[in-house]
Amino acid sequence: MITFEDVEVTAWTSDPAGGADRVVRLLGPVSLALAERRVAVVGANGSGKSTLARLVNGLVLPSAGRVVVDGLDTADDGAAVRRRVGFVFTDPDAQIVMPTPVEDVALSLRRTVPDASERTARALDVLARFGLADRAHVPVHALSGGQRQLLALAAVLATEPAVLVCDEPTTLLDLRWRTRVDDLLASLDQQVVVVTHDLEAAARADRVLVVDGGAVVADGPPGPALAHYRALMTGASAAPSGERRP
Amino acid sequence: MRAPWAGPLGLHHPGRSVLHRAPVAAKLVALAALSLAVVLVRGLTAAVAGLALVVGATALARVPWHRTTRGLLPVVLTAVALGAYQTWVGDPARGAEAAVDLLTLVLAGSLVTATTRADDLLAAVTRAARPLRHVGLPPETVGLAVSLFLRTVPVLVRTVAETRDAARARGFERDPRALVVPAAVRMVGHARSTGDALAARGLGDD
Repeated sequence: MITFEDVEVTAWTSDPAGGADRVVRLLGPVSLALAERRVAVVGANGSGKSTLARLVNGLVLPSAGRVVVDGLDTADDGAAVRRRVGFVFTDPDAQIVMPTPVEDVALSLRRTVPDASERTARALDVLARFGLADRAHVPVHALSGGQRQLLALAAVLATEPAVLVCDEPTTLLDLRWRTRVDDLLASLDQQVVVVTHDLEAAARADRVLVVDGGAVVADGPPGPALAHYRALMTGASAAPSGERRP
Repeated sequence: MRAPWAGPLGLHHPGRSVLHRAPVAAKLVALAALSLAVVLVRGLTAAVAGLALVVGATALARVPWHRTTRGLLPVVLTAVALGAYQTWVGDPARGAEAAVDLLTLVLAGSLVTATTRADDLLAAVTRAARPLRHVGLPPETVGLAVSLFLRTVPVLVRTVAETRDAARARGFERDPRALVVPAAVRMVGHARSTGDALAARGLGDD
């Protein structure tokens, strides 16, 4: 269970005209309880949806309120939260640390598997599960974009987190790889929170949050929530209202 | 499709040679000793002997030559330019020595990374950095920094290539600012994203 309790995120910004610095609100106040297995977050660029996603594993800490994951406060128990919450970014190049796939997955396992040989064996098993066995020792830069994103997912899921948060994981992928990654995410046992611009993928979620101007403006089943989002983006006058939860 | 050149470092080649099986610490100490010798021992004969030693070790490790030579091509060009400059300023022997020394050092570094898994390198560097804990620097962070350096080389090469293409597409191929500024901005952005990703994976929490 992921809970947002009156969460606000603010930041200082400087005035380009030379005026005094001021505080701007990036998100909130947001109060949510996310228990569904598949949650999609949609919104315009700069709307605050990535900030919302990053709050879940403590990458961003609330300026006010608190975020609690399975009873753990992200501000007080950051390391424990990150062990429970995996995070996948848009660009896998920013996430993959080691020169080859097997070494990168093994890096994820360092904390839980002390023996290097066993770690390598486990990493190879993980790569085989993700269809990357034949790429295990290939330099990461020689992988395709889709293979790199699959590797980023494998490296995160190797630690078997309870929750997976993905920030636009398919934005850089072609249709074939997008479908493959979407299918993989749909097949996971974990609770998955996906920030996405892919409305087809969002339509398969159990619950959709629409973020606009730093606020959750619609929240509910995919049908009404996505209708609200489409109306918002196209400026339609008669915007169907999504179910708005407190 | 052939992968883009990504630098001579950070390309592990699995194998069972003596060099593959040698302890990582021994390889790093040997690399340090060779580097010192290359810098301190003057003369073209010594430089050629050093290069022959590293070429012999590369053959012993059975690292594919096409991989080695392809990765070294830009270094060879740099070495030739360096040698040509020294020759132009009136010291051809020094120019040849500098060019050979440069090739020797890069080839030796490539050989260590080619015969050492990054995971093992990370563990060795982390062990060696243990004393730094007393001055407040976690050894795991030092090891991770080395791995990140190796991983960043191909990303940097790709970023520069993409930025150069973008500059050429806009007709700015003769303006160095059109290459340097966007590439630097992108690499800073990449560094920030990588920092976020490391935090998200809990790699700074140990």
